[in-house]
Amino acid sequence: MKKTNDFQTCLKLLFSFMKIGTFTFGGGFAMIPLIERDVVQKYKWLTTEEFIDMLAVTQCSPGPVAVNAAVYIGYRITGLPGAFAATIGVALPSFAIILLLAHFLLAKGNQLILQEFFKGVQPAVIALILSAGIEMGKKSIKSRYDLSAAVIAFLLLIFSPIHPILLIIAGVISGVISRSLISKNEG
Amino acid sequence: MLPLIQNEVVLKNSWLSMAQFADIIAVAEITPGPVAINTATFVGYKTASFAGAFFATLGVVLPSFMLIVLLAGLVIKYKDNKYLKSAFSGLRPIVVALIVGAAFLIGRETVTGHRDLIYALAALLLMVKSPLNPILIILFFGLGAVIF
Repeated sequence: MKKTNDFQTCLKLLFSFMKIGTFTFGGGFAMIPLIERDVVQKYKWLTTEEFIDMLAVTQCSPGPVAVNAAVYIGYRITGLPGAFAATIGVALPSFAIILLLAHFLLAKGNQLILQEFFKGVQPAVIALILSAGIEMGKKSIKSRYDLSAAVIAFLLLIFSPIHPILLIIAGVISGVISRSLISKNEG
Repeated sequence: MLPLIQNEVVLKNSWLSMAQFADIIAVAEITPGPVAINTATFVGYKTASFAGAFFATLGVVLPSFMLIVLLAGLVIKYKDNKYLKSAFSGLRPIVVALIVGAAFLIGRETVTGHRDLIYALAALLLMVKSPLNPILIILFFGLGAVIF
């Protein structure tokens, strides 16, 4: 029973990430909202909190965010086969499309059309990432402390040269400290 | 990642000229999918045909694969550890801020006038209020730009 379910899940992972990989325009980061739609909303493989935790880990690791996310999610859901399925899914469309384009050499004219398309897509991609961030925030920010942490982090990210990794480290430290404060009060 | 690729491909190994590399980057950023994979596949193909494309793509994916499997394994194993749980709960608002911030950072680079801003807001409205698949909305905006 479990084996069939696992295999079916791996196939779903494969096709899900292939779909996402084919239709993500505007960089790997734009994949995140699309991944969230499938993984959290559609298939309910992860909760919103678990998805955000995934983002925390993948932001800290080197490599393309999209690949990291695929590996993590695949592994979390069905172990190593899942990781393989998701990774192949996310890489295959890019691989195939680029090979096709490179082989049938883009004429300069066609490249201009693609550039126009890309420029048109950019505002929509920004909107996509923004709406996903707001949705995730609505579901996960539950206290005033969380909200102020998010706002401070946001302002620091936009207006100061502080590297995101430092913000993440700050988040980890504050999380652990606030927990030990809570247990001290209770204990 | 791109400067690192440029360093390896153009400067260290002279597989491609700077001009050829620049052309590849231009295409890799426009085509769907992660830029890193697109670039690796393209550079690999130009350098050593299909095999080059395959191994370059494998190369860009493999370290991430191994590291993330390791990290994900640790997270799964120590899922109930109270320090890990509190670390993650402290992290969540930060990560949300990073995502929302990323939208603004990208916007800062690419939104160059009132028109782009209006498009972005219109897209936002559509995505939040309508049940349309965001992929369709994105395609709509892209095709709209090409047609007009």
